Amino acid sequence: MKRRTLLASAAFAASLGTAAFAQDPTKACFVYVGPIGDGGWTYQHHQGALALKEEYGDKVEIAWQESVPEGSDAERVLTQMALSGCNIIFTTSFGYMDATNAVAAKFPDIKFEHSTGYKREHPNVSTYNARFYEGRAVVGHIAGKMTKTNKIGYIGSFPIPEVIMGINSYFHHAKMANPDVELVVTWAYTWFDPAKEADAARAMLDQGVDVITAHTDSTAPLAEIGKEDGNAWGFGQASDMAAFMTNDDGTPGPRVASIIDEWSPYYIKRVGALMDGTYEQIDSWAGMPEGEVVIGEMNDAIPDDVKAEAQELIDAISSGEYHPFTGPINRQDGTPWLAEGETAEDGTLLGMDFYIEGIKGEIPQ
Amino acid sequence: MIKLEKRPQPSRLWTVLAPLLAVLLTMVVGGALFWFLGANPFEAIRTIFWDPLFDPQFAPFSRPQLLVKAGPLILIAIGLSIGFRAGIWNIGAEGQYIMGAICGAGAGLALYPSDSVLVFPLMILCGALGGWAWAMIPAILKTRFGTNEILVSLMLVYVAENILASMSSGLLRNPEGMGFPGSRNFKQWEAAHNAELIPNTGMHWGVVFAFICVIGVYVMLTRHIQGFNIRLTGDAPKAARFAGVSPARVVFLCLGLAGALAGLAGLFEVSGPAGQITIDFNSGYGFTAIIVAFLGRLNPIGILLAGLLMALTYIGGELAQLMLGVPGASIQLFQGMLLFFLLGVDVFTNFRIRLTKPELA
Amino acid sequence: MDLSSINPILLVASIMVSATPILLAAIGEMVVEKAGVLNLGVEGMMITGAVVAFAVAVNTGSPILGFAFGAFGAAALSLTFGVLTQILLSNQVATGLGLTLVGLGLSSLIGKPYEGVKAPSLPRLDIPVLSDLPVLGRMIFSHDIMVYLSLLLVVAVWAFLKYTRGGLILRAVGESHDSAHALGYKVVRVRLLAILFGGACAGMGGAYLSLVRVPQWTEGVTAGAGWIALAIVVFASWRAGRVAVGAYLFGGITVLQLNLQAAGAAVPVALLSASPYVITILVLVFISARGMHGAPASLGRPFHASS
Repeated sequence: MKRRTLLASAAFAASLGTAAFAQDPTKACFVYVGPIGDGGWTYQHHQGALALKEEYGDKVEIAWQESVPEGSDAERVLTQMALSGCNIIFTTSFGYMDATNAVAAKFPDIKFEHSTGYKREHPNVSTYNARFYEGRAVVGHIAGKMTKTNKIGYIGSFPIPEVIMGINSYFHHAKMANPDVELVVTWAYTWFDPAKEADAARAMLDQGVDVITAHTDSTAPLAEIGKEDGNAWGFGQASDMAAFMTNDDGTPGPRVASIIDEWSPYYIKRVGALMDGTYEQIDSWAGMPEGEVVIGEMNDAIPDDVKAEAQELIDAISSGEYHPFTGPINRQDGTPWLAEGETAEDGTLLGMDFYIEGIKGEIPQ
Repeated sequence: MIKLEKRPQPSRLWTVLAPLLAVLLTMVVGGALFWFLGANPFEAIRTIFWDPLFDPQFAPFSRPQLLVKAGPLILIAIGLSIGFRAGIWNIGAEGQYIMGAICGAGAGLALYPSDSVLVFPLMILCGALGGWAWAMIPAILKTRFGTNEILVSLMLVYVAENILASMSSGLLRNPEGMGFPGSRNFKQWEAAHNAELIPNTGMHWGVVFAFICVIGVYVMLTRHIQGFNIRLTGDAPKAARFAGVSPARVVFLCLGLAGALAGLAGLFEVSGPAGQITIDFNSGYGFTAIIVAFLGRLNPIGILLAGLLMALTYIGGELAQLMLGVPGASIQLFQGMLLFFLLGVDVFTNFRIRLTKPELA
Repeated sequence: MDLSSINPILLVASIMVSATPILLAAIGEMVVEKAGVLNLGVEGMMITGAVVAFAVAVNTGSPILGFAFGAFGAAALSLTFGVLTQILLSNQVATGLGLTLVGLGLSSLIGKPYEGVKAPSLPRLDIPVLSDLPVLGRMIFSHDIMVYLSLLLVVAVWAFLKYTRGGLILRAVGESHDSAHALGYKVVRVRLLAILFGGACAGMGGAYLSLVRVPQWTEGVTAGAGWIALAIVVFASWRAGRVAVGAYLFGGITVLQLNLQAAGAAVPVALLSASPYVITILVLVFISARGMHGAPASLGRPFHASS
C-alpha cells in the first residue's frame, strides 16, 4: 500500500515537471552491475544502500536494480529511474560512465553519482571512488611478513590503472617488509568467475606462492588457499569474507585479513547533504581516513608483532601522515618515479600504466 | 489415452489463441511467484505488462524504448527465420552479431575523427560484411564437407567472444580511455553515431532496417521464387532438388542473409544505444533472437510481435525491480516461464488432442 | 620467465579437478545428443544442481546427500524440457535456451539464503597404497571421490552405448527415430530417460562446482561452464572416451595458461582461450570430410509418431 501511494506521489511530481516537488522522503536509487548476491563488489554497494536507509529511516526511500548490463540497457534503466522520482542516482560501475552523463543531461534536477569514473560533463554529475591501494599497502605488508617461500601472488582482473595501482602498492609494502620477496601476477580477465579464480590461485600455489591477494570478486581463491592446510594465506576482497577467518576446527582460516569496500559513509554523507541543501558537485576519492576502505579483523595466523605493525600502518594512513606511495620509488625499468619523501599525485595514480621496480614481467598490452 | 493428432493445416483459431493463453498462464503462475516473493501479484503483473505501455509516468519514454530493445532482436530473428524454414540451423547469430559490430566499428574508428557523411554508410556496409563473412564459415564447411552448421556456428560464438575481448582491450581500445577496456564512444562522434532519426521515437537506423526486413522478407516468402525455394527446401528437400533448387545455394543464401542481418544489428547497436565496443556489450541478443524467431513461428509478422513482447518483458521487468523491489532473478524466471508456456501451448496450433480408447491387441 | 617452476605433477592433478564439472555435464549431454535431442540448457541445469546441492549439503552437513539432490534437482528441471520438446513438440533449440533462463533465475532465488555460507567439505580420498606411489600417487590417486566417479561414469556410458541392448536402442533412436519407432521402440520414452540422465549429470557437475571446486554459493557460479560442456560433446564427436579427453583439454588450457602466467611467461590469453573452439571446428570438419557421421542423424529433429 505504501508503495502504491509513493507511486502516485511520484507520478504527481513528474506531472508537474519536476521531481524536486516530491518532498519527503528523498529517494536514492542504485544501479548495480552484478547480482547483489555476488558477495563482493555489488554486495558491498548494496550494504551501503541499506546502511543509508538505516541511518535516515523514513526520511529516505531506496530503490535499486541489479545485474544491469553496461551496454545499451544502462541508459534506459537510468532514465526509468529518473522518471520514477529518484532524487539521487548512484551508478556503481565504471562502464556506466557515458550513460550516466547522457541521462544527467536530460534531468538537470536529479543528482547523479558515478562510481570509479572520471567524467563530470554536467553540473549534476559527481564521481566517487575509494583509495583501495591504501588497503593493498596493509595487506602487502602482512604478505611480506607471512610468506615463507618469499613468493607472493596477486590475481588481477584486467590490466587497468585501478588494478596496477593495487599491485604496485601491495608489492611496494611487501618489499619493505621483506626485501627478498618476489611477486607473481596472473590475469584472470574477468571480475567474476569462481572456478577460474580458483584455478588461478591453484596455479600460483602449485608454483610455491604462499600468500595471495585477489582483485576479483569471489571467495573461490580463499577456499583454494584453505586446501593448503595452514601453509598458505589470503585476504578477503571487497567484502570481509569472514566465513574463511576460522576453520571448522577452530584453527585460523586462510583469510588472515581483508580489504572491505565501505561505501556507507559516502552514501550517508551525500544523501544527507542533498537533504539539508549543502549538496555540491564533487570528485571524491576517499580512503581509510574517511572510513571508506577498511581492513577487516586480522586473525590469529598473523603473529602479534606483525599485527601491531599492520595496525601502525593502518593508523598512519588513517591519520593522513603516511601516503602509501612515498618515494623513493623507481619505475620497473629503474628510472626514478618518486624522489625521497615525494608522494604520488592522484593524476599519475589514476592513469597508472607501469610497474614499480622489482616486479617481474610486463603489463599485458 | 490422450493422443496428439497432426492437423492438416495449422489452426487459425489457435494461432491467435495460443499466445494469449500462454500470456494468461504466465500471469497466473508468475503472479503466484511474485506473491510468494512478497510482492502484490496484481501490481507486479500490471507493472510488467501495462506500465511500460500506458502508465503516464513511464510510457512516453518506455514505448519508444520498446522499439530500441526489440529492433536488434527482430532484425536478427528475421534473418534466422529464413534459414530455420529451410532447415538450416544457424544458432551462432551471437557470433555474427559480435563480428558485425567489430568490423563496422573498426572500419569507423580507423577513420576517426573524420566528419565525412560517408563514415556511417561505410560502417553499415562493413558491419553487414563482418556478420556475413562469419556466417560464411559454417556455410562453406557445410557445403564443402557436409559439416554440421549448428555446431560450427555455435563454436564460432565462443571464438567471436574471445576476439571481442582481445579487440576491446587491444586494437580498438579508446586511446583516451585511461587504460580501461572499451572503444571510443560513438555517441560523441556525430558522423558515426546511429542517433535517433526523430527525437523521442526510438527510431534509429537499426529499427528502420528491422521494419524494412520484416516487410521485405514477408514479400519474399509469399511472392518471390526464392522464398518458395527456401520453403520447399525446408519442407521437402528431395522435391526441392527435383525442382532444380541447388541446396548449396540455399545454404549460402540463408546463412549469408542471417549473418549479414545479425552483423547489421550488431553495428547499429554498438554505434547507437550501446555506444561503444566493450568486453560484454553483446549481452546475448543473438541467442534471445533465436527464441524470438520461434515465438514468432518463423513468420515475419509473428517475429515482429514476438520481438516487441520480449522487449516488453525486459522493460516491464526493470520497472518491477525498480518500483516493487522484486529481485532481478525473478524477472529472469518470469521470462523463462513465459517462453515455456508460449512454446508449450503452441502445440495446439499444429495438433489436436484426441481422446482414444486404448487399442486392443 | 621460469618454466621450471611449473610442476607437471601438480599441473595434471590440478587439471583433473578443474575439468571434473565440465566432464560430468558433457558426458550427460553426450547421452542426450546420442538419443537425438539437443538440449542447450546445460548451463541452467548445472547451476540448478549447484544451488540445490549446496542448500542440501549445508542443511544436512553431508556433501554426498548434496550431490544426490543436486543431480535430482537438475533432472527435475530437465523434465520440463523433456515434456515440452518430446510431448508438446516444441523446438529444442528455443526450449533449451529458455531452460537456461529458468535455471539461472530459479537458482538465484533458491540461493538467496545461502550466500556467504561455507559448504561442508568433501574429504579427499587418498586411495591406500596407490596414493603413496611416487609421482602418480599425488598426480592421480589423491583426489576426492567425485573425480573418480566422473571417470567411472565415462567408462559406464561407453560400455552402455557399446555393449548393451539399451545402448543400442538409444543410438537407434538418435540415428533414425522413424525406423526405431517402426521397430517398436518407445522413442519418446527413451528420449525422456536420456534427458533426465543428462540433467542429473549436469546437476552433479554444478554440484561439484559449488561443493568442491569453488566451494560456495554465489549467483552465476557456473559462469558459462555449461556452454563449454556443449562444445566438448561436439569436440568429442559423440564418443565417451573423447569426452574425457575434451574435458581435460578444455579445462587444461585454462589451467595451463594461468600456470604459464604465474611462471612469468607472456601469454596471448585470448588466442589460447579461443583455441579449443577452433580445434573443435577442425575436428568437426575432419570427421565430416572423411564422410563419417558426425552428429547423430536425428539430432535436434522433433519426433511425432504419426501412425
